[in-house]
Amino acid sequence: MNRETVIEVSGLYKRFGTFTANDNLNFSVYRGEIFGFLGANGAGKTTAMKILCGLSKPSAGKATVAGFDVYRQSEKIKQNIGYMSQRFSLYEDLSIIENIVFYGGIYGLSYREIQIRAKEMLTNLGLWNIRRKVISSLPLGWKQKISFSLAMLHNPSIIFLDEPTGGVDPVTRRQFWEMIYNAAEKGFTVFVTTHYMDEAEYCDRVSIMVDGRIVALDTPKALKQQYSAGSMEEVFLKLARNKELEKEHIL
Amino acid sequence: MNGNFGIEVRGLSKSFGKTKALKNVSLAVEKGSIFGLIGPDGAGKSTLFRILTTLYLPDSGEAFVSGLHCVKNYKEIRKRVGYMPGRFSLYQDLTVEENLSFYASVFKTTVKENYHLIKDIYQQIEPFKNRRAGNLSGGMKQKLALSCALVHKPEVLFLDEPTTGVDAVSRKEFWDMLKELKNSGITILVSTPYMDEAMLCDRTGFIQNGAVLKTGIPESIIDDFQGEMFSVTTSKPQETVKLLSEELGDNTVFRFGSELHIYGNPSMEIFLKAFKESHPGLNLEIQNTRPGIEDCFIQLMNSNNES
Amino acid sequence: MRSFWAFVKKEFYHIFRDRRTLLILFGIPVAQILIFGFVVTNELKDMRIAFLDHSNDEVTHEIREKIIASGFFINDAILESTNQIEPAFKKGNIRQVVVFEDHFQQKLNREGKAAVQIITDASDANTASQLVNYTSAIIMQYVNEINAGKALPMTIHTEARMFYNESLKGVYLFVPGTIVLILMLISAIMTSISITREKEMGTMETLLVSPLKPAQIILGKVMPYMLLALVNAIPIALLGYFIFGLPIQGSIVLLALESLLFITLALALGILFSTIAPNQMVAMFASMIGLLLPTLILSGFIFPLENMPQWLQIFSYILPPRWFLTIIKNIMLKGAGLEFVWRETLILAGMTIVLFTVSIKKFKIRLQ
Repeated sequence: MNRETVIEVSGLYKRFGTFTANDNLNFSVYRGEIFGFLGANGAGKTTAMKILCGLSKPSAGKATVAGFDVYRQSEKIKQNIGYMSQRFSLYEDLSIIENIVFYGGIYGLSYREIQIRAKEMLTNLGLWNIRRKVISSLPLGWKQKISFSLAMLHNPSIIFLDEPTGGVDPVTRRQFWEMIYNAAEKGFTVFVTTHYMDEAEYCDRVSIMVDGRIVALDTPKALKQQYSAGSMEEVFLKLARNKELEKEHIL
Repeated sequence: MNGNFGIEVRGLSKSFGKTKALKNVSLAVEKGSIFGLIGPDGAGKSTLFRILTTLYLPDSGEAFVSGLHCVKNYKEIRKRVGYMPGRFSLYQDLTVEENLSFYASVFKTTVKENYHLIKDIYQQIEPFKNRRAGNLSGGMKQKLALSCALVHKPEVLFLDEPTTGVDAVSRKEFWDMLKELKNSGITILVSTPYMDEAMLCDRTGFIQNGAVLKTGIPESIIDDFQGEMFSVTTSKPQETVKLLSEELGDNTVFRFGSELHIYGNPSMEIFLKAFKESHPGLNLEIQNTRPGIEDCFIQLMNSNNES
Repeated sequence: MRSFWAFVKKEFYHIFRDRRTLLILFGIPVAQILIFGFVVTNELKDMRIAFLDHSNDEVTHEIREKIIASGFFINDAILESTNQIEPAFKKGNIRQVVVFEDHFQQKLNREGKAAVQIITDASDANTASQLVNYTSAIIMQYVNEINAGKALPMTIHTEARMFYNESLKGVYLFVPGTIVLILMLISAIMTSISITREKEMGTMETLLVSPLKPAQIILGKVMPYMLLALVNAIPIALLGYFIFGLPIQGSIVLLALESLLFITLALALGILFSTIAPNQMVAMFASMIGLLLPTLILSGFIFPLENMPQWLQIFSYILPPRWFLTIIKNIMLKGAGLEFVWRETLILAGMTIVLFTVSIKKFKIRLQ
């Protein structure tokens, strides 16, 4: 593939004392791709995410995000990524527009620019008329869409989504995935973790982490063929189950 | 009150200020079976659980647990049920073993006395019995919380979102354990936001905005799906979704990985075939497919919103 | 009973595994007593005073009137003999006794000098020295008045004596005050926080859905803090004794029992707060503002109650720390026995019973 690489990881290790959380990770993520990052609880996903977001430094190995080195340029990385977690990180007691102005300010956007982008974003979401509503009065699904759009406000090249769809109804969840597809279509790279195995099917490529290592990485279709499984859930269970049990007994 | 039911709920309503958390909810769970309550956050699942576990008083309606009235016999109910609230009710600063023996003594029993009940589950976390609960992984916390809820040999088990945020492997194991418990005669009411878990229950109920949309055996709920489900593959998903949505309206066309899922009445097939003819550049392949439980929920949600 | 002990054990685990709790429990008392090494002073008025007038003549009457007319003092009693001085102080409401020697007017006229003794309750050191200064000044002024235009000036010799705290150490008042504060802090604030923590963590839900009775949950939560609070009073008293040289005049057993009573009361308050507060944060602030501030300001700890507006004084009657502070000061500094503090003790006991009943009643058997 000669597509543009936005995340490049090679021989990455992260150790905490004697415990190896990330064990020789190697993978690339390409522009405009929806990359599913799966793994059991405690498999090392969060650790790897933190490194890629510039929040923690690896013990060994190389990693660049948006062309910036995770060791030396973590501030640059933070400027060029968007992040949204399950908890949305919106201020519940501020209005929609106040949240946007605050967030834009953090990323050093000028007031004029924030105004323009806020209008564009809220018009797209159909929320312009209620921009002065306080976040806490909104339904969960709206909050989710707002925080996703906010994560893209400063035009990052990569958006990290950490279990973004927890607890929403299926319609909202599907609409949310529509937003992800549209973002990818526009050239945003989406890096997503989830426990919903059906969402793994929606990704362009999926990596599965077990015990600190990436044990599989391919398109959902290829993975299902390789493991002769009917669904991504089966693939995941086949890969993760035995190793997970082993690991818990070693600890 | 029917003797065959472990849980029986008749017309329960509950409001908090202006918010109607439950609207005339009725359901019944047979003794020794698993009933799955499926719905998003804020649908009213926890409110129902708290009424059944005697923590809330209903505004109207009645509920019986093990044949006991939820308001009048609350003391007796508290002795006979096991309850695992939303965020596992564990003491983070106590060890695995301390948590378990504390809950045992609260119910005036000992871990030894009912060890056979929790053995299969507890054995998996026993190697870590001296670890603090706060340092356990999600899957292990879940197992410990289940052990704590089981240690006094309850007749009815209430599990409020036990699998939220837990990985697919632990979830699978958890459901295997629930099957075992069911076989030993315990009635289980479990709530979850994961639609696919509905298929693992004996009966399931969809809940949305405080109302139960439908209850039934999972397979027969799928059989009741109104209309047809089509799966469409295309070389240009983005464009196809856009074009089809313009024709069919929102909430009808969804991307499902590399495929599109579209539902409608049988005449939809004719429309799709015509659409394929008129858009040869999209390379469409149309197939009739069996809907999933999530598709059923979406259909029920939509028809409920319209009515 | 077994589940009760399991509960207590669990509670101790919580306390000993949380470094912050331990710091609050054992670090703050020490810091506080060291910080409160000085006293905030205030204007005085309406201090209760008694006279022992061995002479009972025109001049002594005039001086007495001047003192009362100054507005700083209220005449509380006329004593008959020297033996009555000590009991008058022990009763607690008299701050100063002015003693005129016999044949006062005669001596003044014949010899040109007479003596007045000013005996002051110095358990509150700053107030005491101010009181002495005021009284002396009033007497000096009187002397200046009668000397005006006379060739031979007359002098009145004033002799000041301090009762209980002869060296006028402010810290003497602060040790009892800090004990009150610490007991309040540990008992009320820690219990209310630890109960609300269970609410916040969701563990209260499982406890409620169990055969435990509200009283069992409450006692289980309260017991460890009761012990810890008592244990905590000891280093404070030791610190007072060894670092500030504060003697404990009265019975240690009585002091311990009275402390136990106050701790129980504070625990009941803590439970009451926790039944109202939805989370730890609210519990913390509610107890800070609702309990700590009144203890500091309205118990007579820092500011003399006598100087406060009437309505605040009346308000202070409903504050348990006020009564306990009186008790503890009397026992520690004056060596008073139960016969002098029974009234305050009864009031505290009454409050405890009411608070405990209310908090057990208010403790919800359900979530709302």
